[in-house]
Amino acid sequence: MRTLKFILRKEFRQIFRDPGILRVILIMPAIQLLILPWAADYEIKNIKLAVVDHDHSEYSRQLINKVTSSGYFILTHYSSSYEQALEEIEKDDADLVLQIPDHFEKDLVRENEARLFMALNAINGTKANLGGAYLRTIIQDYNRQVRTEWIQFPRFSSETQIEITSSNWFNPLMNYKYFMVPGILVILLTMVGSNLAAINIVKEKEIGTIEQINVTPIKKFHFVLGKLLPFWILGLVVLTIGLTIARLAYGIIPAGSFLTIYVFAAVYLLAVLGLGLLISTYSVNQQQAMLLSFFLMMIFILLGGLYTSIDSMPEWAKWITRFNPVSYFIEVMRMVVLKGSSLADIKYHLLKMAGFAVVFNGWAIFSYHKRS
Amino acid sequence: MSNDKVITATNLTKKFGDFTAVDHISFDVHKGEIFGFLGANGAGKTTAMRMLCGLSLPTSGEATVAGFDVYKENEKIKKSIGYMSQKFSLYEDLTVKENMEFYGGIYHMTDKFIKEKTAFILDHLHLQKEANTLVRSLPLGWKQKLAFSVAIFHEPGIVFLDEPTGGVDPVTRREFWNMIYEGADKGITVFVTTHYMDEAEYCNRVSIMVDGRIEALDTPSQLKQTYDASTMDEVFLMLARKATRVEM
Repeated sequence: MRTLKFILRKEFRQIFRDPGILRVILIMPAIQLLILPWAADYEIKNIKLAVVDHDHSEYSRQLINKVTSSGYFILTHYSSSYEQALEEIEKDDADLVLQIPDHFEKDLVRENEARLFMALNAINGTKANLGGAYLRTIIQDYNRQVRTEWIQFPRFSSETQIEITSSNWFNPLMNYKYFMVPGILVILLTMVGSNLAAINIVKEKEIGTIEQINVTPIKKFHFVLGKLLPFWILGLVVLTIGLTIARLAYGIIPAGSFLTIYVFAAVYLLAVLGLGLLISTYSVNQQQAMLLSFFLMMIFILLGGLYTSIDSMPEWAKWITRFNPVSYFIEVMRMVVLKGSSLADIKYHLLKMAGFAVVFNGWAIFSYHKRS
Repeated sequence: MSNDKVITATNLTKKFGDFTAVDHISFDVHKGEIFGFLGANGAGKTTAMRMLCGLSLPTSGEATVAGFDVYKENEKIKKSIGYMSQKFSLYEDLTVKENMEFYGGIYHMTDKFIKEKTAFILDHLHLQKEANTLVRSLPLGWKQKLAFSVAIFHEPGIVFLDEPTGGVDPVTRREFWNMIYEGADKGITVFVTTHYMDEAEYCNRVSIMVDGRIEALDTPSQLKQTYDASTMDEVFLMLARKATRVEM
C-alpha cells in the first residue's frame, strides 16, 4: 500500500504539471458539449428547393407558399424550365425539384385529380429522403385543405381520412440535445480513459523511465494500479464537469439518479482504462498509441449508436456493437437521463461492462512483462 | 574467495531469433570490485547487463546476482541492485527531491530514511539550491551524477551502470568516477559498461567483449602486458578489430 502511495503521488504531480492534460480535461468537455449538440442534429432543415411552375395559377402559388412557409425549405430557384432546375441540382444549388405541370389548377378543379413531379438530389441520401417525405406531407396537407374548401360535408367524402396524432414519450419536445449530450459525455469519458492512460504509459516507455521502474522490486499490480487510478478519478471529474455543463447549458437534469450514472461510469471507466492499458502494451511510442486509439475510437463512435441508430444496422454490425463498450454506456446514459432507469434496469449492462473490465485489464496485465 | 563472488555467469547466452547477441559468456565479479565491461557499440554489453538485472530473460547458461538465480529469483535480485540505464531515466517533470522520494519509496525506504538520505545527497552534490528544481532544467552532467545517486539511493550491494558518462565533459566524467570510487569504498560492487578507454584504466578488472563473446578479462595492467600495449586504447583496438559484426 505504501508503494502505491508513492506511485500515485508521482503520477498526480506529473499530471498536474502537464498543462496539456489539464487543458484536455477541462476544455475538451466544455467545447464538445457546448458546440457539438447544436450542430449534430438529426433534423433536416434548410433544404434548397427549386420550383418549376408551368401553371402559374392561383393554386400553384398557394402550394408553393405552403411549402416555403413550413420552415424546412428555402426557395432557391423559380422558373418554368425543368432543364434549368436540373442545372441548379448539378451546381448543388438545389436539393429538390418540384415540378407543377400545365393545367394543374384546371385538372384539380375539373378532373378532381392532379399530378406533381418531384426530383431529388440523392448525393446526401438522408437529406433527399427526409426532404421528399416532408414535401409529400405538406402536399397531402394541402390536398386535404383544398378538399375541405370544396366539400362542405367531409363525412360524405369519398376519401376516407385517417388522422394520426402522436405523443412523444421520454423526450416530449423531441429535443435532440437531450439525445446527443449524454452520448457526447460518454465519448469524453472514453477519450480520457483510453487515450490519456495509454499515452501516459507509452510515454514512460519512450523516455526510458519504464526500464528504471522494471528494474525495481515494484509489483506489476502496483504499477498498473498506480497508472489507472489517477485517470479513473480524472474520468469521474470529467463526468461531473460534463453533467454540470449539461445542466447549465441545456437544462438537462437526469430523470434517473446520479448514483446510477456514477456507478455505471465507475465500472465503465475501469473497462476503458483496461483498453488504454492494452493499447499501451502493444505500442512502442506515442504515435503508435495515438493511431491505434484513434482507429478504435472511430469504430466505437460510428458503431456506438451516438449518431446512427444501432437498431437499423445490419445484423453483422449489430453483432460488432455487442463488443463495443461505448454502445452500452450510450444506451445506459440515455436510459437514465431520459427514461429515469434505475440500477435494477441496467443491471445486465452493468454486468457486461464488469465483464469488459475484467477481460481488458486481465489481458493487459497478462501481456505486460517486466522482463523481455 | 568463492564466497565473495557477487555476480557469476557461466555460458550466459541471449539469442534474438538467429542473431546471438551474447554468446556463452562466463565471468565472476567480486564484492567491492569495479568491474569494467568494455566493447564496441553492438558488442552485446547492454544485453548482457540487462540479463543480469532481470530485464531480459537469458536464452541459455547460468547466472547469479547477489546469490540469486537470474531465471527464478529475478525479483529478489532487483531488491539488491541499483541500475542506471543508458537512456537518462529520472523523471524530467519531477523535481530533484521528488525523484529521490519516489525511488526511495518504491524500494520500501522509510520516510525518515528518505529525508535524511535526500539531504545527504543534495549536500554531497552541492545541489541544495536545486532541490525543488525540475530535473529537466539541470545540465546533463548534474543529471548523470544525480541519476547515479538515485541508483544507489537504497544502498544496494551491486550497482549496474550502462555507459553512465556518455556525452559528458571530461571534468564531469572525472567527478563521476570519484563518486564511483566513493561507492566502491563503501563496499558497493560496481559493474560498469563504457567505451571510454581512459575509464577502463580506473577499473579493477575489465572484460572486453567482441561480437557477443568475452575476448579478454584481466586487470588493466595485466592486459597491457599480455597484449604488449602501452595503453588500454591499444589493447581495445587490437581486439575490437577482430569484430565482424556490423555496428547496430
